[in-house]
Amino acid sequence: MMSREPWDAEEARGLIASRRDEPGAMLPILHDLLDRYGYIDDEAIPLIAEALNVSRAETLGVVSFYHDFRRAPVEGALMKLCRAESCQAAGCEDLVAYLVARHGLTVDAHEGGPITIETVYCLGHCAVSPAALLDGHPYARLTREKIDVLVAKAKGRPQ
Amino acid sequence: MKRIYVPADSTALAMGADEVAEAIGTEARERGLNVEIVRNGSRGLYWLEPLVEIDSPTGRLGYGNVEVEDVALLFDAGFPDGGVHEKALGLIEDIPYLKKQQRLTFARCGKIDPLSTDEYIAEGGLAGWRRALTIGPNATVEEVLASGLRGRGGAGFPTGIKWRTVAGASAEQKYVVCNADEGDSGTFADQMLLEGDPFTLIEGMAISAFAVGATQGYVYIRSEYPHAYGVFRNAIMRARAAGWLGENALGSGVAFDLEARLGAGAYICGEETSLLESLEGKRGQVRPKPPLPALQGLFGKPTVINNLLSFAAAPWILANGAKAYADFGMGRSRGTQPFQLAGDIARGGLVELALGVTIRQLIEDFGGGTRSGRPIRAVQVGGPLGAYFPDRLLDTELDYEKMAAVKGMLGHGGLVVFNDTVDLAAQARFAFDFCAKESCGKCTPCRIGSIRGVETVEKIIAGRNAEANVELVRDLCETMTDGSLCALGGLTPLPVISALDNFPEDFRDRPRMARAAE
Repeated sequence: MMSREPWDAEEARGLIASRRDEPGAMLPILHDLLDRYGYIDDEAIPLIAEALNVSRAETLGVVSFYHDFRRAPVEGALMKLCRAESCQAAGCEDLVAYLVARHGLTVDAHEGGPITIETVYCLGHCAVSPAALLDGHPYARLTREKIDVLVAKAKGRPQ
Repeated sequence: MKRIYVPADSTALAMGADEVAEAIGTEARERGLNVEIVRNGSRGLYWLEPLVEIDSPTGRLGYGNVEVEDVALLFDAGFPDGGVHEKALGLIEDIPYLKKQQRLTFARCGKIDPLSTDEYIAEGGLAGWRRALTIGPNATVEEVLASGLRGRGGAGFPTGIKWRTVAGASAEQKYVVCNADEGDSGTFADQMLLEGDPFTLIEGMAISAFAVGATQGYVYIRSEYPHAYGVFRNAIMRARAAGWLGENALGSGVAFDLEARLGAGAYICGEETSLLESLEGKRGQVRPKPPLPALQGLFGKPTVINNLLSFAAAPWILANGAKAYADFGMGRSRGTQPFQLAGDIARGGLVELALGVTIRQLIEDFGGGTRSGRPIRAVQVGGPLGAYFPDRLLDTELDYEKMAAVKGMLGHGGLVVFNDTVDLAAQARFAFDFCAKESCGKCTPCRIGSIRGVETVEKIIAGRNAEANVELVRDLCETMTDGSLCALGGLTPLPVISALDNFPEDFRDRPRMARAAE
């Protein structure tokens, strides 16, 4: 799901140019870059600003507003664990504590390593909470046992 | 060829539907059986996913919670020609959970291949749009007005009035924008429709565009729904190929085209003006109203911005008439609402029923109580900005006015069930914390008030001056309600005050010091 191509300013310039004339092109451009490189490189800011004829400050303002537009790549697998109300009611906080206790993985710590876990608020699988996305694939009715399987899966993925 | 239906709905995938589909394909090949695996949407009976169906002379037969290990045994038992197996559910449409529903908007969901234009038409699709083209734009607006349809995103504003305002505005360019930024926990109806019957949304938006004179539509889908975004983009391409979109949409002589846009993880973009800012490529900050989006909306042009469920109700209303729709419901809440059962619930899923059903009927008769088997203590209705209800209020009817009368709101129709281990002070803290994380920062009561709220509830949880701090929280809530620009800051007090009012015991005499500041 997440692409890990190394940042390439020339290629990015092309990606940006191909969308610059669309109405409200800023978010589609940022999503293209995110899909391609897995994050928004600092060098992309002036490129976008120039292409869309807005200031760098404005561009940075947009990038920093949205949770999705991470500023650094994630190295290993990325798990987005839902911690909104429905998943709370079905025990997601127990899973958060279990991840630390059993696997030494702290949610939202961004310590690098083979698996990064982030909080997300709602994946829409609330009928069968708790839920998570692992590299874009959805999982529901999570239990401690299923968390063990997901962590093993994430660690076993080709780096 | 035998058809076997295995949902490709993302919640079904989360329950293992892809693996089951693959196993069925392999097993059929090995047995030399000629089968076609159709990846339908979900019926919304999510607790039964993966829910596999087959055709039979009497109707579709279902098999619930099918696992990869079951597949060979299913074939041994006579699958795909029926057969006795412990996971057999009989006729799908006779399952009480489905049979007792009033499926109007979601009638096709789970039945058809979501991306087949032929199946869409065969199941009654396009009838509403064709009728709109026959009766003309003005009559179409009047029809929606007469149906009593109100904004299904939660605000409950009459949809027909919005449409009439945009229709009456003169401009070279008008837009229709669909809010599919379904961020409320406990709601998944938008996702289910986008993945299970996307052409209904396309048809609903086309009807609206025709009624108001718009030629371009945008659907803003949250990035947490990558699968729905993919399916919907595919649906747009197929609709275009079928001539439903383009310069001469559905042979109407008028142009209409549609684009799906992806959000970027900001809850606030579910607020309509913030969503418009985001579509324009800006920070998703709330705009002051007036001007109304109906007059100065997307790129400053007159814009119909409706929730996905409002647009999706339009095809049925046009096809069957305003009166038929208004015959459902109670009081000033007409029609049906897709309710969504979530949290600690035995039978989680989507239940479309006329407005006016009680919370208890939904969570007990349909939901079957908690999944954990523990007693229900609280039900949050309407997402993170909705109220927490105790047992004594569970007989409240779900209708816009009745909910407001008990200081709650219907929101997007999600119900999250909590068992007796829930700590309502912790939930109140979370409500403030969520607001602090998701505030766009434009107005002070929301941006700062939410943080003060977290701190003050933490003091209460720690047992410090509980009584005085509860008063402080109430005062803060009043400021947020009266002083915030939009519903995020303005409604965060709803869950907080409902927790204080309905569960006061959780805010006094707290012995659990350790849980204070996590």
